[in-house]
Amino acid sequence: MSYKIIALLVGLLGNIALGLGFTHDLLADDLKGASLAATCAQCHGTQGQAEPTTKFPKLAGMDKDYFLARMKEFRDSQTKPENVTIMHQIAKGFSDDQIGTLATYFASQK
Amino acid sequence: MLSRRDFAKSTAGFGLGLGLALPFISSAKAASPKVVVIGGGYGGATAAKYIRLFSKNSIAVTLIEPNKNIISCPVSNLVISGDKTMTDITLDYTKLVKNHGIDMIHDEVQALDVAKKTIALKGGQTLSYDKCVLSPGIDFTFDKIENLAALNQAGKVLHAWKAGTETIALRQQLEAMEDGGVFAIAIPLAPYRCPPGPYERASMVASYFKRHKPKSKVIIIDENPDITSKAALFKQAWAKNYAGMIDYRPNLKLEAVDGLTMKFAIDENVKATVLNVLPEMSAAKLARQAGLATVNNRWCGVNYLTFQSLQSPDVHVIGDSMLPAPAMAKSGHMASSQAKIVAAAIVSMAQGQAVNPNPILINTCYSYVSEKEAIHVASVHGWVEADKTIKILPNASGVSANLDESEFAYAESWAKNIWQDSFG
Repeated sequence: MSYKIIALLVGLLGNIALGLGFTHDLLADDLKGASLAATCAQCHGTQGQAEPTTKFPKLAGMDKDYFLARMKEFRDSQTKPENVTIMHQIAKGFSDDQIGTLATYFASQK
Repeated sequence: MLSRRDFAKSTAGFGLGLGLALPFISSAKAASPKVVVIGGGYGGATAAKYIRLFSKNSIAVTLIEPNKNIISCPVSNLVISGDKTMTDITLDYTKLVKNHGIDMIHDEVQALDVAKKTIALKGGQTLSYDKCVLSPGIDFTFDKIENLAALNQAGKVLHAWKAGTETIALRQQLEAMEDGGVFAIAIPLAPYRCPPGPYERASMVASYFKRHKPKSKVIIIDENPDITSKAALFKQAWAKNYAGMIDYRPNLKLEAVDGLTMKFAIDENVKATVLNVLPEMSAAKLARQAGLATVNNRWCGVNYLTFQSLQSPDVHVIGDSMLPAPAMAKSGHMASSQAKIVAAAIVSMAQGQAVNPNPILINTCYSYVSEKEAIHVASVHGWVEADKTIKILPNASGVSANLDESEFAYAESWAKNIWQDSFG
């Protein structure tokens, strides 16, 4: 049997198996939120757990609506908001959908 | 029977559906790829940690790093100015190993064989991998400047561009210098590690001089046509804080060093009291010897969606060894962002899932310009399908509005959090 045929057969089996692989689908959903939130972590701490003595807010456990409102305010501001040094620049890289994913992820962290 | 490797080869051309098969027909353990990360800096340590986090600890990760301590390049210019100590910038891997179950090997990699997918260690061990994350940092090309290699070897002309013994030695040279001396720093053409770093160093040395040796001068010899990052802000800081003290000379290529004297093609020699020359940089020797440096045998080309090497797709190259996409700085923050993209990609691939087609990377870089002021540059980068590369997203970048003292505290906070995020 050629590799090609073996590969096709194995692929078919795999696709059947995939239908049963729901735990992996869950992981993929988690990965979407976790990997997007990881872009915040260098400043705001892994999974939003900023070091307690730092000036960056802890995002873990932040109220979802508050997070959405602040991020959209930063993103849509044309000038530098008061008391904000950097987030009005960074927020402009995120879509509504991505901000929603982040809000849900951080609200679900303790 | 097909081995896993043969299987992967045989299915390589048949698309995602076939690739999906593997994890579900093998036992859970066999489905987990053998992942080895080379280099424990901001890139490698972050990749190791986030592969563990994103896979919910289901993928085992081995991290190879020769040093037991991490000495942070970010913040090291404050050690040179005397505002911080080496202890302040020295971290270790204890938390990383303990919190995330990473298999840490303190050894040096002697050879990476991308054909056999093996890694030979100096200690004699040979590891095999399914996926390798390569984050070995930079090496220096001393021989582009005459006599530099010998003078550096003798400890006379330092770079201090890998934080460690040279950082301490450069600080000692500055402390030993009499008031009225000249500190000169020479900067190579970009790309090099940490674009704003040389200007930060010049600023912090000037800050030290202003406080302790006010008759002294700082001369910056820059092969680039202008300050390569945050130019307007650095100029503003120099005019405000160090008028008459900093002499900036762009478009000037250092040809040779003779003791502490710098020589140029046309311009007059410049004699320094403390001479700090940053040599040309390239991908670490290990990456070049493995045949991964695709661009002038200097930087490693990658597919920017996954950071897979163009030469060997099971090696993901991140950090300063990699050929950067447009406006992608060689910074610790950027290496960490790349590491997270790679971690997510490896976890997705291991599960037979498609990789994220829309990765986001952030770079934030604070530079200290005095003992109480810092400035930043920030950018958000995303995949641009039309150009098949990563670019800064529209309007998603900027620098400090002005010299704001509050940013000094943000810079300190950034260090604490990225240290936790990378090594904690």
